[in-house]
Amino acid sequence: MTDRDDQNGLEAQIAQWRRYVQRRRELKQSDAEELEDHLRGSVDELIAVGLRADEAFLVAVKRMGSLDELSREFAREHSERLWKQLVLTGDSDGRVAGTRSRRELLVMVLCAVGAAASIKVPELFGVTLEEDPGFYGPNLGLFALPWLAAFLAWRRQARPALIGVLVALFALGAVGANAYPLEEDSQSLVVTSIHLPIALWLVVGLAYVADDWRSSRRRMDFIRFTGEWFIYLVLIALGGGVLSGFMFGTFEAIGISPDTFISQWLLPCGAMGAVVVAGWLVEAKQSVVENIAPVLTRLFTPLFTAVLVAFLIAVGRSGNGINVEREALILFDLLLVVVLGLLLYSISARDPLAPPGLFDKLQLALVVSALLIDVLVLLEITGRITEYGTTPNKTAALGENVILLANLAWSAWLVLGFVRRRTPFAALERWQTGYLPVYAAWAWIVVLVFPPLFNYM
Amino acid sequence: MRITKDLVAASATPLVLGILAEGENYGYAILRRINELSGGELDWTEGLLYPLLHRLERLGYVESRWQSVTGERRRKYYRITTKGLAELAEQRRQWDTVVDALKEVWHSAGDLRPLKAVPAEGQA
Repeated sequence: MTDRDDQNGLEAQIAQWRRYVQRRRELKQSDAEELEDHLRGSVDELIAVGLRADEAFLVAVKRMGSLDELSREFAREHSERLWKQLVLTGDSDGRVAGTRSRRELLVMVLCAVGAAASIKVPELFGVTLEEDPGFYGPNLGLFALPWLAAFLAWRRQARPALIGVLVALFALGAVGANAYPLEEDSQSLVVTSIHLPIALWLVVGLAYVADDWRSSRRRMDFIRFTGEWFIYLVLIALGGGVLSGFMFGTFEAIGISPDTFISQWLLPCGAMGAVVVAGWLVEAKQSVVENIAPVLTRLFTPLFTAVLVAFLIAVGRSGNGINVEREALILFDLLLVVVLGLLLYSISARDPLAPPGLFDKLQLALVVSALLIDVLVLLEITGRITEYGTTPNKTAALGENVILLANLAWSAWLVLGFVRRRTPFAALERWQTGYLPVYAAWAWIVVLVFPPLFNYM
Repeated sequence: MRITKDLVAASATPLVLGILAEGENYGYAILRRINELSGGELDWTEGLLYPLLHRLERLGYVESRWQSVTGERRRKYYRITTKGLAELAEQRRQWDTVVDALKEVWHSAGDLRPLKAVPAEGQA
């Protein structure tokens, strides 16, 4: 072996060692460099006393001790590194990554400002928040969501064709919100106001999965994104509440009432901006913090199961039928949404290859009890509809109920198969991600078809 | 003879500050200097040295700079600050007191020493 070969072999070994070191969260890039310099010093000295390069490397690594121990010592001095920090403006470690995240921050700020400004644009044409709730209700999703979709599409460098589809869908949404002559107090207006944001959120999903919209994995990522986005939005809303509370109190103390500013500017603009900021936060911290939605799922699945089972027992014991008013129907719809959410977010965090466990059985119990309750509700409601006729509200709520029921029924079957080790876990995942277009289709039908169908009632 | 872990840890700061008081230095050379000073008896690891250097830097006793050596390699050099020199003086005062006290007590109990020391030296 020549000296040159020896040297190349040594470099390769050191490069491999460096990769191991860099994988440690406790050790930063600069620590790795410092330790590498140490290792090389040690190797050089051993070569000087007559060892071959590869022998010297082995001895030097051995002397340095195990990386586990080394990381532990570093962690004791730098405990903050175990709390992964979300760095807002480029970190010192990688300059390339730094400029990239700075540019991302800039685009996000532009989109957030755009979203915040959008909600004030109608005012230029004399349509104000106070006097025209009939305009702002159905259009609410159209102010912020296009900006969020634009940010995501920019981040994924979406193809022109996809951008065209996104623009067309948002335009269709604008048509659905404004083309029909709906009275300000009509049911259809309320129904559209609820369903259009759902339809548009799934358009955002299209921007999120970008070119790979058929991929089940990417769709699952979008489900994860949705959960985290929602949690960030709630956190931002809490912060915003504190901010406006202080603003109100302090200005009030000097005799200036910030009422109008808060209700006309801070709240609407802040909420629209927050939609984009929350989306950016999820994207930026994806690999930084553990996802919180699955943790909440773990916490609440047993509690919800207990409540639902208790409810079923109470219904059975007392013999009381469920009193299905409109509110009750919406309540049970929401219950199904929550159960579906609990199911989805535990799926999203689960290792598909892990064997079924106690938690899966618990989940089966949750889904089955929700199904039983829903069947009771459906029996009641069909009776009511045949008796009093239909309205947009009832039909929409009923449709949702049927869609969720179908999803959960098949999910229960798949979970049962999984618990009995008949079907693989991936089948459940595929079923849920494959079901997403159904929600989108239903939301669009409600927005576009219902108003003429019910004579703009 | 092996110096116990506690004693190594207790003497670590004054030792490193003392070595840096001799002049600017980098990790590997500091470790070698410690070896040299103690005749190889002080068992220092990298896991002790580098976090300690980082802590001293955080406390403002030393400052560091990167300097490039051959090729792509960079080396981190540490230098003691005025605050570090003050800390060193303080630590030295404390250690002198401890050493004096130990000497005093061993002197007065001198007849016990050979009994303990002979087997220990025999092993070394």
